[in-house]
Amino acid sequence: MAARMQQGGRPGGARFAQFKLVLLGESAVGKSSLVLRFVKDQFDDYRESTIGAAFLTQTIALDDQTTVKFEIWDTAGQERYKSLAPMYYRNANCAVVVYDITQASSLDKAKSWVKELQRQANENIIIALAGNKADLVAEQPDKRAVQTADAEAYARESNLLFFETSAKTAENVKELFTAIAKKLPIEQASQRGMRGPAGRPGGVDLGNRQEAGSAGGGPGGCNC
Amino acid sequence: MPDDSSADHEATQPFGVAPRTTDGSEQPEVGNKVGDGDGADGDDMEQSRELPPPPLPPRPSLHVPSSRPPASGSFRLSKRTSRPQLLSQPTTALSVADVHTQGRGENATATSSSASRAVSRKHSASHSGRFLGNSDSGGEDSASVISYAPTLDARLDGESLLGDVPAEATTPAWRALSAQIERDNPFETVPPESDVATLQIQHEFDEIGSVDAHGSNEETLLEAWKTKLKHFFILSASGKPIYSRHGDDQLISNYIGIAQTIISFYQGADDPLRGFTAGGARFVMLSKGPLNLVAVSRLGESDAQLRTQLESLYMQILSTLTLPSMEKMFSNRPSTDLRRPLQGTDVLLDGLADGFTRGSPSTLLSALECLRLRKTHRRAINDTLLRVRSPNLLYGLIVAAGRLVSVVRPKKHSLHPGDLHLIFNMLFEAGSVRAGGGENWIPLCLPGFNNTGYLYMYVSFFSTSERDGSGPHERPAATGGKDDELAIVLISAQKEGFYELRKMRDDLVEQLENNGSMDVIKSAIRKGHASCSDIVPGTVLRHFLYKSRGNVQFTMPSFEPYFHGLGHRRKLMSLYQTLHESIHSRTAHLKVQHCVGRDATALAWETPLFELYCVAGPQATRASLAQGANRIVQWIRREEERVFIIGGAVF
Ligand SMILES: Nc1nc2c(ncn2[C@@H]2O[C@H](COP(=O)(O)OP(=O)(O)OP(=O)(O)O)[C@@H](O)[C@H]2O)c(=O)[nH]1
Ligand SMILES: [Mg+2]
Repeated sequence: MAARMQQGGRPGGARFAQFKLVLLGESAVGKSSLVLRFVKDQFDDYRESTIGAAFLTQTIALDDQTTVKFEIWDTAGQERYKSLAPMYYRNANCAVVVYDITQASSLDKAKSWVKELQRQANENIIIALAGNKADLVAEQPDKRAVQTADAEAYARESNLLFFETSAKTAENVKELFTAIAKKLPIEQASQRGMRGPAGRPGGVDLGNRQEAGSAGGGPGGCNC
Repeated sequence: MPDDSSADHEATQPFGVAPRTTDGSEQPEVGNKVGDGDGADGDDMEQSRELPPPPLPPRPSLHVPSSRPPASGSFRLSKRTSRPQLLSQPTTALSVADVHTQGRGENATATSSSASRAVSRKHSASHSGRFLGNSDSGGEDSASVISYAPTLDARLDGESLLGDVPAEATTPAWRALSAQIERDNPFETVPPESDVATLQIQHEFDEIGSVDAHGSNEETLLEAWKTKLKHFFILSASGKPIYSRHGDDQLISNYIGIAQTIISFYQGADDPLRGFTAGGARFVMLSKGPLNLVAVSRLGESDAQLRTQLESLYMQILSTLTLPSMEKMFSNRPSTDLRRPLQGTDVLLDGLADGFTRGSPSTLLSALECLRLRKTHRRAINDTLLRVRSPNLLYGLIVAAGRLVSVVRPKKHSLHPGDLHLIFNMLFEAGSVRAGGGENWIPLCLPGFNNTGYLYMYVSFFSTSERDGSGPHERPAATGGKDDELAIVLISAQKEGFYELRKMRDDLVEQLENNGSMDVIKSAIRKGHASCSDIVPGTVLRHFLYKSRGNVQFTMPSFEPYFHGLGHRRKLMSLYQTLHESIHSRTAHLKVQHCVGRDATALAWETPLFELYCVAGPQATRASLAQGANRIVQWIRREEERVFIIGGAVF
């Protein structure tokens, strides 16, 4: 498995840390597409709505000493799955909240996710706001429904990372995840014996799969 | 829940032959009972989290028969030609004398195309009887006795086997088929122009598109819509459209309105309409609590078969919402628009619907197909599953190319074929899970198991093709056909069980790889189906379906080389439908049915142990067909533990 391969290959002094990332946002804004671009460098013009949630992993090298592995939960945006979301974000170190820049209402939804995360998730969670489908307005500027400046201002005041992305062209996709990785407490996380940044178990693990197994499903006290 | 709900509660067919206990005292927890919140978010997946888990539905008490005919013994082929005298002793011998021949001419004349409502009702009665009968059977043949009533009658009244054709035994299906294939030999090279169905099915799954702003293209779209061979509609009791396979709301609103008017007219008269024929199409209605489901088909299925298809669509809706949650929505607000909570599940309903339109042996027979493996290999896989089983596992499945490789399950919970069909549909027909490129964690309700609560399903796909020897994580997304993919499916009642099941998957894969089982599975997948002539060298048979009733499983050879392509496949399935109906309709007195057409000859043969449907070319004689059938049965007897999962891994 990927995790084991990672472990062995690191020379001494190298830093390796693993973080849980959750994607949230209205249905059809492109969450799965962003993940697929990031993880497999692929894009499908037609993609079916996610059923339940998908789990993927991707490892990126920040520099030749630092490797970050993301464990990604790509959640389903459909309403009926809404109440399952806490299970995925409760333990997350970082979140990408996605909207579609051609759909104004999707930003409202994104804002409500941000609010929920700030209230209910790990208090040190890193949140990035992604305005997806940038390629659509590159061709037809009148398709834009959310101005970059507006979203940017909102992101700044809410203390979010912000990117306009395109899963289709790959624009800003790698950048988005890299920026998140840079904000994560790698130093802390890569020290053996440390707990996750929020002092909770399960937020970070050191590539030990057993540990991931016991802690990852969400904290025991979850009553959602 | 209205009257006809019982089937949903009780239709848990056994998978495997282990007896089940039915006290329900050790029910697994089913997470997240739905529907106790207020109406506003009644469509959320979980609301009543503080409530105790819902009880499992009542299960039918089992009348375990004193003796199940030992599988091997009862497959003995006797040479007798007389018909069996003992009801409890199935004969598996087939002789020419037993065969009833049905010619095309008779069919055309004997069938009343507009099966009267009386007949329709009979069909449906026989259908539900069979449904319940099977569900009660506990894997034991004799428990399905309800479904044999007609057959038993026939035995007592045996002369009719050879004599007159009961009019009801011939179906509109056969007629329609005959009409469609008037002068072709559809199984040989056919000029497709001359065959309406073959031609049309090529376009059956094309998108219709939506009506433009001015409605100027409406007529064209309606024309396209009307050429579809098959339609499915689901509407709420108050007439709101919920699902239509073809055409968007605007296009079909008139039709939905008409359907609603007709349905409610008859419902008002306390005499629900079950089906009628109009314009060469058969209309069948199924009323399920707050939903009305309608099938419109020009493919010649019987009412019972269409109703089974509608049942399956209904089960898909329950699988998304659960029954209490759906009922709650409608009782809070009868005008609820179910489209919203069902959003995104169109692909699942479409997958089912298109499967029915293409013709699915699995649905026709209400049975599953397994990957053929040596007994020792299957046992090794079962043992591995049991060894790595994690504590919160309810069901575990290994599925290859839509065929089951192995099952691990608790002794007292069987798997309902209808539930498995929903899972297979989700995995292999809808693209979302397979193309996602990752692992999946999916809440779903398995209505046959328990229609009141959700289970959680871990799914991980592997490509089995040679070029891609890497691990499950490296599976290329959205590439490769569904035919070379292997899925590991682990189901638990634990909402937070993902990591636990993921660990089990890792252990399972590692052990299967170490003990060589993975290679065995992969090479079996690559081998695909054997052809008829591999199975019975020199036979006249071109295809067959063999269903083991006790195991609720079927096996078949490859469609190639005779049934290449959608059109020929469809025609073959129509023939099977006809054969199936001829031995299943309540009025059928036939245990063996022989059909002769210009394009094919076919034979259906039913015993309490199995159903066998064989198809040969048009020139095949009755004797050669019967001989082929006998040799298939011999082959099954030898291969039974290879082609079927007998019991599976039970804990
Ligand atoms: N042009 C364009 N289309 C995109 C982009 N990202 C996604 N799409 C398309 O938008 C549709 C929805 O994308 P998904 O990735 O399935 O959206 P999602 O957010 O995962 O939706 P749910 O799974 O229902 O929550 C798909 O048809 C994608 O092809 C993009 O950057 N540009
Ligand atoms: Mg998605």
